[in-house]
Amino acid sequence: MSGAASIGGNIQLLNDTLAAAKAEGRSALIAYLPAGFPTVDGGIEAVKAAFDGGADIVEVGLPHSDPVLDGPVIQTADDIALRGGLKIRDVMRTVREAHEATGKPVLVMTYWNPIDRYGVERFTAELAEAGGAGCILPDLPVQESGLWREHAEKHGLATVFVVAPSSKDARLATITAAGSGFVYAASLMGVTGTRESVGEQAQDLVRRTKATTDLPVCVGLGVSNARQAAEVAGFADGVIVGSAFVQRMLDAPDERAGLAAVRALAAELADGVRGGA
Amino acid sequence: MPSQFFIPDPEGQVPSAEGYFGAFGGKFIPEALVAAVDEVAVEYDKAKSDPAFAAELDDLLVHYTGRPSSLTEVPRFAEHAGGARVFLKREDLNHTGSHKINNVLGQALLTKRMGKTRVIAETGAGQHGVATATACALFGLECTIYMGEIDTERQALNVARMRMLGAEVIAVKSGSRTLKDAINEAFRDWVANVDRTHYLFGTVAGPHPFPAMVRDFHRVIGVEARRQILERAGRLPDAAVACVGGGSNAIGLFHAFIPDRDVRLIGCEPAGHGVETGEHAATLTAGEPGILHGSRSYVLQDEEGQITEPYSISAGLDYPGIGPEHAYLKDSGRGEYRAVTDDAAMQALRLLSRTEGIIPAIESAHALAGALDIGKELGKDGLIVVNLSGRGDKDMDTAARYFGLYDTDATVEADASATGAEIKGDAK
Repeated sequence: MSGAASIGGNIQLLNDTLAAAKAEGRSALIAYLPAGFPTVDGGIEAVKAAFDGGADIVEVGLPHSDPVLDGPVIQTADDIALRGGLKIRDVMRTVREAHEATGKPVLVMTYWNPIDRYGVERFTAELAEAGGAGCILPDLPVQESGLWREHAEKHGLATVFVVAPSSKDARLATITAAGSGFVYAASLMGVTGTRESVGEQAQDLVRRTKATTDLPVCVGLGVSNARQAAEVAGFADGVIVGSAFVQRMLDAPDERAGLAAVRALAAELADGVRGGA
Repeated sequence: MPSQFFIPDPEGQVPSAEGYFGAFGGKFIPEALVAAVDEVAVEYDKAKSDPAFAAELDDLLVHYTGRPSSLTEVPRFAEHAGGARVFLKREDLNHTGSHKINNVLGQALLTKRMGKTRVIAETGAGQHGVATATACALFGLECTIYMGEIDTERQALNVARMRMLGAEVIAVKSGSRTLKDAINEAFRDWVANVDRTHYLFGTVAGPHPFPAMVRDFHRVIGVEARRQILERAGRLPDAAVACVGGGSNAIGLFHAFIPDRDVRLIGCEPAGHGVETGEHAATLTAGEPGILHGSRSYVLQDEEGQITEPYSISAGLDYPGIGPEHAYLKDSGRGEYRAVTDDAAMQALRLLSRTEGIIPAIESAHALAGALDIGKELGKDGLIVVNLSGRGDKDMDTAARYFGLYDTDATVEADASATGAEIKGDAK
């Protein structure tokens, strides 16, 4: 157990970053990149490239053997990372080095079993110590989240819950009351992956979510280009992009080209969230 | 008239309202599925207390499935089990050839009550897939079955059966390309199509209410077996034995015996090439508590919560998880779980075939192998009920290769006339 002297996580930096984007009259750009993909060092460089291109916040994925909420693109990246021997300590190093190099907020996105197995106290203490800002836990429903939230709060980490178009209003209120940092609104019913269009359900979900909370509401799933980012930025506090970054890395002939592609996509999307398309 | 064949747990003590069997169970699902899973729970609760539902299901179980299933004594097989009396609960005689139809018909009726028009399911050995495709044909529901690519190869007969019945079969190429990956893919489909789709989950795992609901639909196995053994042997058995993958046929047999404290409940897990080799799927024997596919139970995993790839010769048992109620029975001591290797299961498969004229599924053969040992432990006065959860037709290719039964194989056996009195270690 880390005692009271433990280093606090960066939830405040996350809150300040989202507030600053709002003060500029724009949405924040949030990028997702899996740790360990294509290698641990390459993954760290990819996070830095996303920040360099204009991302305000990055979610570092903790690759899982059974990513039931991910489409084929992120499954492929997870497979590559795990085959490369990725460990949780590598995820922590990714968070630490990306945050230290940029001073920007870095979250971890993970399925629940790795944390359950690793130990909630150990995980939250290490993530806070690495400079992490919080966690997104897409398969941990709010009613099972009590233990996590207790430790996350103690270590200054945000708990970002996912809401879905199928979430009823009463449930949205329960979820947003328990969450912190921001709310992750899934734009559609489905797994991660790029889509042609981000449907009207996203706008409706953001409206219904905002009716229950003052937390920023950021939209993810399906967004892959500046036009979509601009559209979502019209009604959401943040735009979350994952698979499109991973796809650019998978398509690139080598790591250097992959990093350049990540930087370029982040710049394009950063224009998008500022209304350019 | 009370229902004869749909007999949900009358005690109703577990699970809790939140779906917990002691420390195990719960609902670890993405938010996108919360509304759908809650709808299943609400509809099942309504159906459970609706006499019309029970009457419709009873009618199907009698006239379509063929319940009650027989209880067959197997004395020539039992000679190899230390002389104990052995009875088989013949779920292999159900329509479609396994116990799976019990649950499938219940959930298919529920699908209709929810107004959904499409059903998806995972399958390992293909028995749940075949049963699901069958019910969808019967009720006019659209049907998509997810099956690991390795399993589509080793259970090719069942793939053809599903397609004959009109189902779409999708070979899953991710991960270990077996049952767990089929479940992952079915969950992905469900998240995207939940409005009109019911996920007809095939075992007593998954998020609440599936472990309790699927158990209730299979409870009839043990209820019948208990009544039948009392009639036939005049007493309760010393042990009820079943194979355990996800655990549906085992919980179906065990559940009615739980209050009978003198009846040992023994689950036989797949030890594959041996638990010590790491190539196995013996989740309760070698796993640790964790979360997989929506509930907390025992899981085969590494020290960082990554699920490890299971192995078993039996596609239906090749799964790194286990239903939460089995985890609860194990930890409470009410259930006993032991591991049975591929080789022991295959020998038992051949022994039953040659001594009794019954070819069991490789899954069920794990329970038969367990019964051979348990009989020797109990001795001559022992009385055992084994759940023969499925028939072996689907496994003939695997078995023929294992035993060299094809003409093209150099090792066609000379002991084809053997009575099974001496089963040699001549395979592999």
